[in-house]
Amino acid sequence: MSALLRLALASAWNRRLSLGLTLLAVMLAATLLLSVERVRQAARDGFAQSVSGSDLIVGARTSPVQLVLYSVFRLGEATNNLGWDSYQKIAADPAIAWSVPLSLGDSHRGYPVLGTTPGYFVHFHYGDRQPLRFAAGVAFTGIFDAVLGAEVAQRLGYRVDDRITLSHGDGGLPGMEHEDKPFTVTGILAPTGTPVDRTVHVGLAAIEAIHLDWIGGAPVPGFAIGAEVVQKFDLTPKTITAFMVGLHQRGEVFRIQRRINQFADEPLLAVLPGVALDQLWQTVGVVEQALQAVSWLVLAVGLAGLMATMLAGLNERRREMAILRSLGAGPRHILFLLMLESGVISLLGCLLGLATVTLFAAFGGGLLADFGLAALPLAVDAAEMKLLGGVLVCGLLVSLLPAWRAYRLSLADGLIPRS
Amino acid sequence: MNAAAIRIDDLAFRWRPDGPLCLTLDHLAVDAGKSLFLHGQSGAGKSTLLNLIGGVLLPERGRIEVLGQPLGQLSGAGRDAFRADHLGFVFQQFNLLPWLSVLDNVVLPCRFSRRRADRAGDPAVAARRLLAALDLDATLAGVPAAELSVGQQQRVAAARALIGRPEILIADEPTSALDTARQDAFIDLLLAEAKAAGSTVVFVSHDERLAVHFDQKFALTAGAPA
Repeated sequence: MSALLRLALASAWNRRLSLGLTLLAVMLAATLLLSVERVRQAARDGFAQSVSGSDLIVGARTSPVQLVLYSVFRLGEATNNLGWDSYQKIAADPAIAWSVPLSLGDSHRGYPVLGTTPGYFVHFHYGDRQPLRFAAGVAFTGIFDAVLGAEVAQRLGYRVDDRITLSHGDGGLPGMEHEDKPFTVTGILAPTGTPVDRTVHVGLAAIEAIHLDWIGGAPVPGFAIGAEVVQKFDLTPKTITAFMVGLHQRGEVFRIQRRINQFADEPLLAVLPGVALDQLWQTVGVVEQALQAVSWLVLAVGLAGLMATMLAGLNERRREMAILRSLGAGPRHILFLLMLESGVISLLGCLLGLATVTLFAAFGGGLLADFGLAALPLAVDAAEMKLLGGVLVCGLLVSLLPAWRAYRLSLADGLIPRS
Repeated sequence: MNAAAIRIDDLAFRWRPDGPLCLTLDHLAVDAGKSLFLHGQSGAGKSTLLNLIGGVLLPERGRIEVLGQPLGQLSGAGRDAFRADHLGFVFQQFNLLPWLSVLDNVVLPCRFSRRRADRAGDPAVAARRLLAALDLDATLAGVPAAELSVGQQQRVAAARALIGRPEILIADEPTSALDTARQDAFIDLLLAEAKAAGSTVVFVSHDERLAVHFDQKFALTAGAPA
């Protein structure tokens, strides 16, 4: 038996080119399958953890998905704001440990501007409860200070102390610039893989200040309030878009949620971010399924290649098999040899694919961050083991046909191949 | 040693249960140490008979004894092991695994059969001795088999069939790829070495001219006897 194995190895080495190419195809298929699986997971985790650490997100009454879309992902616009006094009343609840107001609506060169308080940089967490970190500079202190997300700074080439101007709305209309009141960049955040990277953060007061001389969404002609005098006005906002809430005790989250949802002064909605994010993911999950379908197709192509190579090689190998039979090998040995060959190729393909994905996860993290993805998980989990096992089983199943054909051939040929 | 090395009685074989008889044989016996020339035109069932003697096929009817062992009594795996232990084969051509060296090709049977390895002593030494006896240059031992001429390949095949002194050597048209002058030389070498190894020889050919080299001659006729 060991003689047979050694011969099989020598025979495979003799066919190393075609076997190598087949191995490459299986390896690429396994790599693709695994990376799609991991990217899918990373995307899902990154998505689900776009915001963590806050127990509730509160906004004017709308659908939970809508609220999360505009408050967390800065996508679309709020149909309604909520009153500052409502916010004050709710935030005063003794069960609430902290709250951070969010005010959206302006933009800077396509990137959303978020008006908030310095507490945002303390309480906003993402991923596995990671806090925001400053890559450079500090949080805003003055009215016309701004903190940039990593992507904003990188794409637009801003550094600390650069000056920027904001645009009203999404910046699509000309002449809607707040150019009379420029901002100074005081800090730049480290990349997070969340919408924070795409956000320009300013103080709540700044949002008020740049709109002092605006009425109904447009500058009032002939009426301007200079940047230097805004301090003299009351810069407390009348309304905000939403706010995040952290509780002293998580167990109280449903009680507080109910209280907010039944708030008498104005119709409000409080959502648990995780639940709403899950709902949202389900609507975009189709993409994930399409990705998976494509990678299974690639696997099918790889395995079809394996089968084709083996079938094509059979005729050349009939003499080899006849010689092996004359030396005492039985037809079942021939069957075993072919199954072994494709089994080893499938196994090697899986392992090499796993190694490739692991190497990429270990060293290719920066590339992924560019796509807004969190780092890929390094370790193999049970689901991946199942995938790899599936590839292996498929590889063996696929080799059944050529192996069976070889078995039939060697039975029919006996010791004398009829070529 | 006057027992029959191969003894066949009342043999009938067909490929498909409903097909015609491919081979019938009333009686054939070869004494140990003798050589048999098995003659037959193509289609006479020569290959079938070799597969039967080799234990690769089983007859529909009849009895085949090799070295006193009725092959029908052995399991498939048993016949495979028996073949590895006691039979050496030389085929028409393409006998060698082209990616192995000449020496590795010759010692192959010793890897598959413990008995042949034991009888060969040191397989590499035995292989070199056989190669030399068969007029092959010693420098060829390490060369890949694919680089040899057809004549050289047939002699390497003979060395492989004879290593470990199997009781029976079966040669299936081993000279048909050689020119006439070399045929006789090859047969002489083969028979001399088989004698030295004490092997019984079954030599199959369609070329009746070659029969003069052998102790016994048997003509095979196709299908059912007339």
